[in-house]
This record gives sequence, C-alpha cells and structure tokens, in this order.
Amino acid sequence: MMIHAKGLRKSFGNHLVLDGIDLDVAEGAIFSLLGPNGAGKTTTVQILSTLIQANSGEVCIASHDLNREPEAVRAAIGVTGQFSAVDNVLTGEENMMLMSNLRHLNRQEGRRRTAELLGRFDLAEAAKKPASTYSGGMRRKLDLAMGLIGNPRVVFLDEPTTGLDPRSRQIMWQIIHDLAASGVTIFLTTQYLDEADYLANRVAVLDKGKLVAEGTPSELKRRISGGHVQLEFADALELEKASRLLGGTANADNALTLRVASNGSVAALRELLGRLDTASVSVAGLSVHTPDLDDVYFALTSQPNKKEVFQ
Amino acid sequence: MNGMSYEIADTLTMLRRVLVHMLRNPAATLMSTLATPIILLLLMYNLFGVAVQQAGTMGSATSYIDYLTPGLILITAMYGMGMATIRANTDMTQGIIARFRTMSISRVSVLNGHVIGSTIGALFSISVIAILSYLTGFRPTANVGELLAALGLIVLFVLAITSLAVAIGIASKSPEAANSLLFLPLVLPFISSALIPTSSMTPVVAWIAENQPFTPIVDTVRGLLMGTPIGNRAILAVVWCVGIGLAGYLWSRAAYNRNTNQ
Repeated sequence: MMIHAKGLRKSFGNHLVLDGIDLDVAEGAIFSLLGPNGAGKTTTVQILSTLIQANSGEVCIASHDLNREPEAVRAAIGVTGQFSAVDNVLTGEENMMLMSNLRHLNRQEGRRRTAELLGRFDLAEAAKKPASTYSGGMRRKLDLAMGLIGNPRVVFLDEPTTGLDPRSRQIMWQIIHDLAASGVTIFLTTQYLDEADYLANRVAVLDKGKLVAEGTPSELKRRISGGHVQLEFADALELEKASRLLGGTANADNALTLRVASNGSVAALRELLGRLDTASVSVAGLSVHTPDLDDVYFALTSQPNKKEVFQ
Repeated sequence: MNGMSYEIADTLTMLRRVLVHMLRNPAATLMSTLATPIILLLLMYNLFGVAVQQAGTMGSATSYIDYLTPGLILITAMYGMGMATIRANTDMTQGIIARFRTMSISRVSVLNGHVIGSTIGALFSISVIAILSYLTGFRPTANVGELLAALGLIVLFVLAITSLAVAIGIASKSPEAANSLLFLPLVLPFISSALIPTSSMTPVVAWIAENQPFTPIVDTVRGLLMGTPIGNRAILAVVWCVGIGLAGYLWSRAAYNRNTNQ
C-alpha cells in the first residue's frame, strides 16, 4: 500500500472533523475522496501531507511512518492545494526553479525538469511571465507542475478542478490521467461524482467526518441506484395531486417541479406515467437524471446501516 | 540526511526569493521605508533645527544635523519593519508557506530568508538616508573603530527589529492586523532622544524617553559617531537589541509552528 491510514481522528476545539478514517491506496492508483464542503476532505489531505497532525490514528506513506519520519514522507510527496500556492511575484519558470532548489536538485537537472514540465502542461509560452498574470487554469497547472519537480511517488490533489472552466477542467483531467499512467499514486479530493467517476479506480465517500462508502465508481453507482425523475407541472394544483400520489420531494427552488426516485429505465418510466395518467394528473415536462452526488448522499446518509452494503 | 549544508542552501534560496521580491517592486519598498525619514529630515532640520540648536541641550554635537542623523538612521530602520511584516504576512496568508511546509526543507530557512532579506533592504535604505544627511551637512567625527562599532550596533538593531517584524507578520491573520501591531514600535522613536534631547521634554515624557529601548540605542550610535557621552548606555543598547531579537525569533518560530496545528 502506498498510502495506509488507520483510525484517523481530528477535531478543532470542540468540533470533530474526522471521526476515525481508514484508508488504503495501492501504488499507481487514483484514489478519490468524495464529499461535500465541510465533510473533512481538506483536513484529511492536510494530515496526510504532514501539514497538520491528527489527534490519533496511524499513517504510513511510501513505507514511512508519518509521525516518526515526516521528512521522508515530505520527500516522497507532492501537494497541490485547493488554493494555488504559487509565488505571484516570480515568473512560472522562477517558481519551478524555486521548487527545484528546495528539492536540492542540481541546477542542470532543475532546468531540464522545469522545461519539460512547463512544456508538458502547455505553459512554455508563459514561462517568463509573472504568475500574477496567469489565468485560474494556468495557475492550477503551474501549482501542479511545481509539486511534480521532485518526481514525487505520491501526489495529493485537493479539489484540483474546483472553479475551473470546462476546458481547463478537461486538460487537468488528462494531466492527472497521464500522471497515474506513469506510475505516480494519486490521492484526489473532489465534490464532483463525474470527476471521481472519470479519473478514479477507487472512491471513498466522506460525510461528516466518516467514510460512508468505498468502492469502484461503478460499484458505488450501481449499488446506490439513486437516480431520479424530475416532473414539471403547469400549476400548483397538478403538483399537489402528483405529490400526494407519488410522494417525492418538491423542489425548493422551483415550486412547480417534483423529484421522484427512479432508476430511469423504460419500464419504470412507463409505470410512472401510467400512474399519473390513471389519476389524471397532467405533466408539463419530464427529465431523467442518472445518479448524482445528491443521490449518493441521500442514499448513504439517510440509512445508517447502509455502509455494510458497500464493503 | 538534512544536514547543516541543506539548512544553509535552503536559507540562501529563501533569501534570494525575498531579494527578488524587493527588486521587483523597488518603488514600494523604498518609498514605504524612506518617506517618513526624508520628511523628518526636511521638517525637523529646516523648521526646528535652529530652535533646538539655540536651546543648547544637544551636548557636544555642534550642529543639529549631527544630532539628528543617528536618530534618522534608526528611524529608517524602524520604517523598514513595515515591508518586512507585509512580506512575511503575504507568504503566510496566501498559501506559499503551506506549500513549503509539505516539503522536506529546513523550516527555519523560511524565517531566516525573511529576516536576512529585509535586513539587507533596511540597510540599503539607511545608506540612502545617511547620504542625504551628509549632503545636508552631517559630518561624523568618529574614527574607523568607532565607525565600525556604530555600524555593528546599527546592523544588530536592524536584525533585532526585523525579526520582530517578521514575527508580527507570521502571527497576524491579515495585513491590516499586522499593520496595527506595528503602531506601538513605530511610536517609540518620537518619544525618545532621536529627534530632540530628552532634557527639553516635560518630566513625564522625559521619563518615558529615558526608560525605553530607543533612547539608549540612539544615544550610543550618536556617541560613537559624534563623540557625545555614552556611559552605560552602550551595554543597555546591546542588551535591548539582543532581547528584542531573541523575543522576535522565538515568537516567529512559535507562531510558525502553531500555525501548523491551527
């Protein structure tokens, strides 16, 4: 195991953030920690990357104990935070050379790695410009490149695509994918199920400081089967009738839609529409939604015993 | 294997980074440090110079510019604290220090880089104000030994207050909070013997002036440069500098480590 954590607990004052987390990530894998804001994802990354200390629990990264050999762990990892930690005054190239010097690479090796990484991340043209002039996507790429200069064996990415435009997001995904293909172990946090789905071999869902599920993305989705159908109505009366007939939750943002749990299959849709027809409820519109993160949370957090199902 | 040589290499890397920061924005660095001392030079010398000189309380300094310059030199050092604090605080609040912390580098090197870099910056500003004073008529009577001793004390003083400035920057949650903490040290020179002799102050102000660190330090530098009496103030000056420097160093180290476990 490249990353092994057992019984991680952390609280800030009276606020319990992590309530006993166990993690195992194999070498070369992309592991994604999925969870909403405030679930404890960043805290987990901060502990694993030696930034803060857990109150209890043991962690082993690249065969080094986190508490006993923090320097050895630091030498093996690269970290890209939620907010790009680049030096705005320095140019992209100078930022890279700063990291190279702090990694104690010799000058030639540093220059070679800098040119190679900036080229790979499509930043060669901006290499001589100060980082303060970079766009959000460029900063995130520079941030990642800076973390890679020392050839880390494990890379931590804390919400690498939050706030990026779709194109930058796609590029970032490709970079992460290639990185894993070259043998680097990746620990990634995200709030997007599609990101975890696309990138990760294994996903763990973190909710209120506890892991509520773990598995491959398809396992997770298959077992949750938490898709839904959204029905739209022309007026409140029809919505009221449908709500009484089907249960479901009316959308708080828009009073004239109703969300009904469904796996979205043709048979299920036919049955649903049949019931509405029989009760003579007129539906203005219908859309089918495959499982999204909301469904995952709903399915996992509403039933306390659900965890066993996924293990 | 992170030995002494890595510690020095990391400190040099961090120092180079701070120097590049200063060079990329020379106007801001120089203006924030030099504006007040230059205004003081013009204002004090031209407006109050004659009055202070006629009061005859300056001791053996013959002209007011000779009395004023040692004070101005140390005031310039004090105003160098502003940029040192802001630079340390920016690193702390904008995430780059979090990045350094996840790397296998000597942790004191980050603090050392800031203290040494800002000290070099302040010494540069001090030489600018010394030249301006010289052009205004400042003529030190010191021999080479006294000159070196004065220089040594000035460097010690700058190192001490810069480490305090870096500590304030590291410990503060925002540049605004850091700035407000700087208010107290920046007031000290004005109730000291830096600009006018304490004998011309009211008894209460004179008592404060005589018992705060700035007065013995400025009196010692003045004594070394101009031959005015020093007495036991030299020892007091060195003790104050070492004390302030040590307090600043310990505080910044504690603040740096505390932030690790917020």
